[in-house]
Amino acid sequence: MSNISIQLPGLDLKNPIMPASGCFGFGKEFARLYDLSKLGAIMIKATTVEPRFGNPTPRVAETPAGMLNAIGLQNPGLEKVMSEELPWLERFDVPIIANVAGSLLEDYVDVARRISTASNVKALELNISCPNVKHGGITFGTDPVIARQLVEAVKAVSKVPVYVKLSPNVTNIVEIAQAVEIAGADGITMINTLIGMRLDERTGKPVIANGTGGLSGPAVKPVALRMVYEVYKAVEIPIIGMGGVTCAQDVIDFMSAGASAVAVGTANFVDPFVCPTIIDELPKKLDELGVKSIKSIIGRSHR
Amino acid sequence: MIQQERMSVVRQEQIAKNIYEIVLQGKIVQDANPGQFVHVRVSDSYEPLLRRPISIANINKEANEFTLIYRAEGRGTEILSQKQIGDEVNVLGPLGNGFPVDAVPEKGVALLVGGGIGVPPLYELSKQLNKLGVRTIHVFGFATEDVTFYEDKFSSLGETHYVTVDGSFGSKGFVTDLLEELSPEFDTFYACGPLPMLRALEGFYPNKKGYLSFEERMGCGIGACFACVCKTTDKVEKDYVKVCYDGPVFEKGVVKL
Repeated sequence: MSNISIQLPGLDLKNPIMPASGCFGFGKEFARLYDLSKLGAIMIKATTVEPRFGNPTPRVAETPAGMLNAIGLQNPGLEKVMSEELPWLERFDVPIIANVAGSLLEDYVDVARRISTASNVKALELNISCPNVKHGGITFGTDPVIARQLVEAVKAVSKVPVYVKLSPNVTNIVEIAQAVEIAGADGITMINTLIGMRLDERTGKPVIANGTGGLSGPAVKPVALRMVYEVYKAVEIPIIGMGGVTCAQDVIDFMSAGASAVAVGTANFVDPFVCPTIIDELPKKLDELGVKSIKSIIGRSHR
Repeated sequence: MIQQERMSVVRQEQIAKNIYEIVLQGKIVQDANPGQFVHVRVSDSYEPLLRRPISIANINKEANEFTLIYRAEGRGTEILSQKQIGDEVNVLGPLGNGFPVDAVPEKGVALLVGGGIGVPPLYELSKQLNKLGVRTIHVFGFATEDVTFYEDKFSSLGETHYVTVDGSFGSKGFVTDLLEELSPEFDTFYACGPLPMLRALEGFYPNKKGYLSFEERMGCGIGACFACVCKTTDKVEKDYVKVCYDGPVFEKGVVKL
């Protein structure tokens, strides 16, 4: 059987599969279904300084082979994540990647400083790409200068490696990737959702209360794959790829394009067992390809 | 326990205009309670992508079967309506918290109020209440006669009244009009239907025990995606509840209406 373990800054992964932030809550719901220790890592839901309720409903709408969401970073706030959610996750043998969000640069710094001290948080994921909040989020991820400032500020306080989650809603994603690399980011996670809209057939008005939402699911995979492919060529730091992953072949595709690990997002909503299923499938798929160690396929599209 | 299972289609029938009744067989049935729902994947591909939450209308544990009643009105439910006997359907469930059947005093009376496609879960509830010796009164509203169903089934369980918006079946108007006219005597009410109906009921019966089943657009159905959250009233500690996980049935006064 192929070896599927992967080592990344701060992360010793049993396998390269992890649920994506926002698609897995803080793990509790899925822990009723399977042992979370099976996962390579868990990217927990974005955490902000204060608790947030999020956007009005409807917050989701289905689209061809995909869905739009505008949840609005609903989360219980830093205090509760530190005192309840993270300690609860300690029962599992799995590294946590804490997704950090905020409205102002100071918010990111405050969350990063505290959350990076939790014993099971092995890395941060800076959310500079949420398309569904009025302040913060994507505004930090679409300008290379602002992105660089934010990453530098967070790097200065974080006790663990810092990954930056990039938005696909930019003209040139390579430019942002390079900016965060220069700022000292330890890795990149990509992509967040693509801003989209669906209209109600009768009224002609947007279905989602927020108007727009972030598109995810199999529909975005070609876009995500192209972006990972481009960024891999331009940076030295590792990439955790995501966007429409539903099966082991998708994981192999993202790793071939240049990802060192892969996150599974929307597919968790369709098949809550999708992550363990992929983890079981992956070694078999690699055996079929005659691959001994998964590391050897990273970036093979470029060779 | 929540399971994902390929259940087989035992029967499928159109019982009213665009309203279908599908009977599925599988292990999940053994854990099902009235008011709970299942999350149905209508296709093995990722198109359409999301599951469809459908409430459980009738449970037959001896035969390992339950019945779902749904309206075929979008891509997903239309595909479901084409399933044939022997086909398999990927079902996740049972999900959520159902109606508490023990919330009526012994030999008491329960009022069951339903609106449109909110009526189905009240059937299993009524069956179980009757089995416990509770007398049930059913008051159901529909848009028009051609979308009504189960009148004979509910009538065999207790006093049953139907009302349609256009008066084509039963009396004319909304359930609230009919309730005003009937002013039934009861101990506990159970309701499932559109928000305005639930809101009106809370106002109608401020001193009665009541349980409301909510409907909200869902993603995962298991509490992870935060799509179906509702704000709560000041009476409860939590700021919000998830319809899929904390509900879909809530005691009256919990969800901000």
